This record gives sequence, C-alpha cells and structure tokens, in this order.
Amino acid sequence: MTISEKILSKKVGNLVKAGELIITEVDGVMATDTTAPYAIQAFQEMGGGQVWDASRCALIIDHAAPAPNERIANLHTMMREFAAQQHIHLFEIGEGICHQLMIEHQYVRPGDIFMGADSHTPTYGAIGAMACGVGSTDLAAVMKTGKIWLKVPETIRIVCHGPLQPGVTAKDLILYLVGKISISGATYQAVEFEGSAFENMTVASRMTIANMVAEMGGKTGYVNPKGLQLDYDFEAVFPDADAQYIQTLEFDVRDLGPQLSIPESPDQVENLEPHEGQAIQYAFIGTCCNGRLEDLQAAAQILEGKKVANGVRFLIAPASRSVLLDAITDGTLQTLVAAGATILNPGCGPCVGTHQGVPGNDEVVISAANRNFRGRMGNPHSNIYLAAPTTVAASALEGKITHPKKYA
Amino acid sequence: MEGKAHVYGDNIDTDRIIPGKYTKTLDTASLAAHVLEDLDPEFRHKVKVGDILVAGDNFGCGSSREQAPIALKVAGVGVVVARYFARIFFRNAINIGLPVLEVPDHDIEAGDPVTIDLEKGEVFNQRSGKRFQATQLPKVMIDILNAGGLVAYLKEHGTYQLNEE
Ligand code: SF4
Repeated sequence: MTISEKILSKKVGNLVKAGELIITEVDGVMATDTTAPYAIQAFQEMGGGQVWDASRCALIIDHAAPAPNERIANLHTMMREFAAQQHIHLFEIGEGICHQLMIEHQYVRPGDIFMGADSHTPTYGAIGAMACGVGSTDLAAVMKTGKIWLKVPETIRIVCHGPLQPGVTAKDLILYLVGKISISGATYQAVEFEGSAFENMTVASRMTIANMVAEMGGKTGYVNPKGLQLDYDFEAVFPDADAQYIQTLEFDVRDLGPQLSIPESPDQVENLEPHEGQAIQYAFIGTCCNGRLEDLQAAAQILEGKKVANGVRFLIAPASRSVLLDAITDGTLQTLVAAGATILNPGCGPCVGTHQGVPGNDEVVISAANRNFRGRMGNPHSNIYLAAPTTVAASALEGKITHPKKYA
Repeated sequence: MEGKAHVYGDNIDTDRIIPGKYTKTLDTASLAAHVLEDLDPEFRHKVKVGDILVAGDNFGCGSSREQAPIALKVAGVGVVVARYFARIFFRNAINIGLPVLEVPDHDIEAGDPVTIDLEKGEVFNQRSGKRFQATQLPKVMIDILNAGGLVAYLKEHGTYQLNEE
C-alpha cells in the first residue's frame, strides 16, 4: 500500500485502494481570512449549529493581516465572532501563516487526515500527514459533519539520489522537480518523495518540498518519513515495499545547481546561470514555502556586513511569531535589518498581492515564494522569478539575479 | 443549455480567473467586474448569461479560492468545458453549483453555438454538427450538482451519502 492507502485504510477501518470513492472522518481542518468568511457563510446556510469538534478546527488571520482596509477588517471581525461563538481557536494577526502554525502548534500530526481551505495544505506531508486543500464550501461541510468524500488517489513516486551539493537547497530541488512534473503532472494524484536527497532534511526543508506539491497539481504529498525528527513521539507511516505506483521517477540530483522559476508559471524552471545579470528591483523572502528560520539564517549569512543594492527593496516576512522570535534571539534579524531589509509582520506578506508590497509596472521581483502566476503579487504588469532564499539574498545585494556561490 | 463558446488555452490559473486582491469580500456580485481581467479584459463585456467557457488542460490551477468558480458563475457563465480541471477548482465548482464538464476531445472554436446536455454529459457543436462525450462524474458529484450545490445537498441529506452502484 502507498502512504495514502495506509492512512485512509486505517481511518475507514477496511482496506481501500487507489481509485475507490470513500467517505472518511477527518482529524483536523483550518481556514484563513481568504476562505473562512465563505466557509462560515456556507456553514450557516447548511443549518448552522455547532461545529462537529471545535478542538479540531482552527481559523487563521494571515493572508491580509493586519487588515489593509475596512472591508477586510470586517471579514476579520466575522471570523473572530464565529471563533468565539464556536469556541474555535483563532490565530490572530502576527502569529503567522496557517501552514506553519498547524505544524508548529501540532494541529496536525503524522498519519492524520487534514483538510485545509488553502491550496498549500499538502505541506503537512512534510511530517507524514495526508493533507489536502479544499474550497470553502467543502470546508464548511467538514466543520458540520467531521467527514469528507474523496477518491483514494493514485500515487507518483519520486526518488532522488543525493546528496545535494553544498549550497544547493530543498527549494532548488523542488523547483527542479516541479519543472519535471509540470504544473498539472500530479493532478488528482498523491506524490511520495524518497531517496537519500531527502533523508537528512530538516522539518523546515521537508515543508518546502511538500509545499510545492500544490505546484504539481497534486492532491497531497509526502516526504518519506525516513530520517524525520519531531520533538514528540510519533508513529511514522511508510509505504509498503510492494506498493503500487502509477509512475516511479528517478533522478540523480548530486550535480544539481541552483534553479530558477521564470515568469509566469512555477513549472517554467531553468538553471540559474543563463539568467545571471537579469536586473531586479524587488526581493522577497517569506511565505509558507521559505519563511522559516533556516531560510532567514541562510539569507543573513550572505548579507552579513553588506548592504542591499541601491534601488532594491528587500522585504522579509517570517512564517510565524516563533520564527521571528528565534531570528531575534540568534541575531539573524539584526544582520538582515542592518543590511537594509524591511521586516514585515509574520504572515503571508506580499505573496498573494493583497497588501504589504505590490510591485510596480515592469518591475522584476525575485521571490522565495511558490507561485509566480501573472498578477500574483497584485500587479499583472510585473514579472516574478522564484528561487531559493540564498539566491534571493545574493540577488538583493547586487540588484540583479546572482549565483549564491559568489557569497558562499 | 445553450450558449456561445468563449475559448481560452491551457493552465488558466485562479489568479487569472479572479486576482487575489479582489477575493476578500462576501459581495459575490462584485467579483463579476474582475473575472478573467488579466487574461482577457473584454471577457466580462462579451459574456452573456448561459454562455460556455471552453478551456484546455488544467483549468483552475493554483489557489483553493472558491471565489474563482463563483466569479465565473456571477458573470453569467453557464458551464465550463475543459480537457481537465485542477482538482480543487473542480470540487469547488460543483459545490457552488457551477456545472463543469471534462471533455477530452472536441472541435469547439470561439463563437460557436454549443448545446449542453448535463444529464448525458454531452456537448453538441451546432456549427460542426458534432457531438462530444464528457467524462462521467462520480455519483456523489451528480447528486450535489442536482441538489443545486453542497449547501443544499447537506441541508437535504444532513451528511454525505455514497450510493455508488
Ligand atoms: S504564504 Fe502565500 S502561498 Fe502560503 S498560504 Fe500565504 S498566500 Fe498562500
């Protein structure tokens, strides 16, 4: 059995196979300020009442936080009122990005089935949970019934033989793989990542990998739990040796260099080198993909004692308050601010173009985020390159796309 | 159902269907003014109630925002036909009562008058006189669509029912 088949079989109490349509109980749900207002409305229209289990629900104000205008402020109020009335925990502005918080605060654990009203919910496959993104009405239905219908997904197995070169990061690897699989290559399917390239990865790096399953069109994804370390006891779910995969892809990634996703789709991935020298005006590190402590530290190492180039805005949004606190404590933040970075509150920041740094016409952004669709950051007349935090930091120093090894 | 076809390409993502900056609102009617604006600013002026949006592979990829199918629905789109849809968009569309059909093969061009038989999953191109078959939806999705969306379905049934034959 694949990881999905094992998790779902255990939950429904009999063996289920890829392709089967099932109804399963769910271990947890969350919604953000983009999706929760519609979910709350749909929940009321379904008849309201109490949610099936308040302790398994979370609401997060992260996408447009703090509120940039009156309309959004009122949506936030609606979330706060619903949370209070239902005794659901609400993560306030400044606490961080939904996906970071669900893992940090253990709303999701290995082997869980989790539905998040956000497309990057598969991130929790970093710790071996079956986590899927759903829309608001689906989420309302889970809040009401504690259940969801779904098709047991087929699985694509991706084996990567490492180790990665020093200085090449989990982000470079997942960009490379998104380029290979394409934006739709895993549609309706699960992805399992395994092999020596993943085994030594931190939880943060595993999150970067699982996060971009969304950019393959995947329903869910898992980094094989071999080598996974958490600060609590857990039972890891491994695939069986004779698990049936729809496809197995093997890559030797020992010589992989830094990767770049060029405008305007995450799967337009190329080696960094041909793009070196491309002028940039705006650099951004943050998001559920790359806003964690190791990402900020990697940037700080490059920026130490230097200054961001004239004419470059460098924005950093830590993924959570605890990331921010750790970066304050270990001096990372001092280095970043001294180099000229602007620190935003923990949250989604400018990722989705709602607030906090919209690029101007014809401007070029280099970003550690996961999406660069046209208009993604709020302006359809700007261009976004996606890269590892190291590449973003090096590029911010020079005002042009720069190979991070120059500052290694 | 009958309407004029508006034809677009592959991988139309949710940022193009409705940019994130417009999604933070419960005023769904306001979404219509921005539907597909970064892809085709004229679309919202051209579309008539009941028209058919035709796209290639992977329509609706990207965000989980339900505002994407809602924006199409309030703009007047009657059905979306694509070779295949991104998973979350597909569920969302059915849940809010916007019919979506996966038609692997067809000859529809922009402006063609098209007739849709949702029950049979059939698409008829009046220009060419050809009929095309859509992929069968799971029964639970047909039930949700027939109920008028997931809200109405759950009001009626209280919970999910999987009576696959
Ligand atoms: S950081 Fe960006 S991709 Fe992640 S949840 Fe927020 S808006 Fe979505």
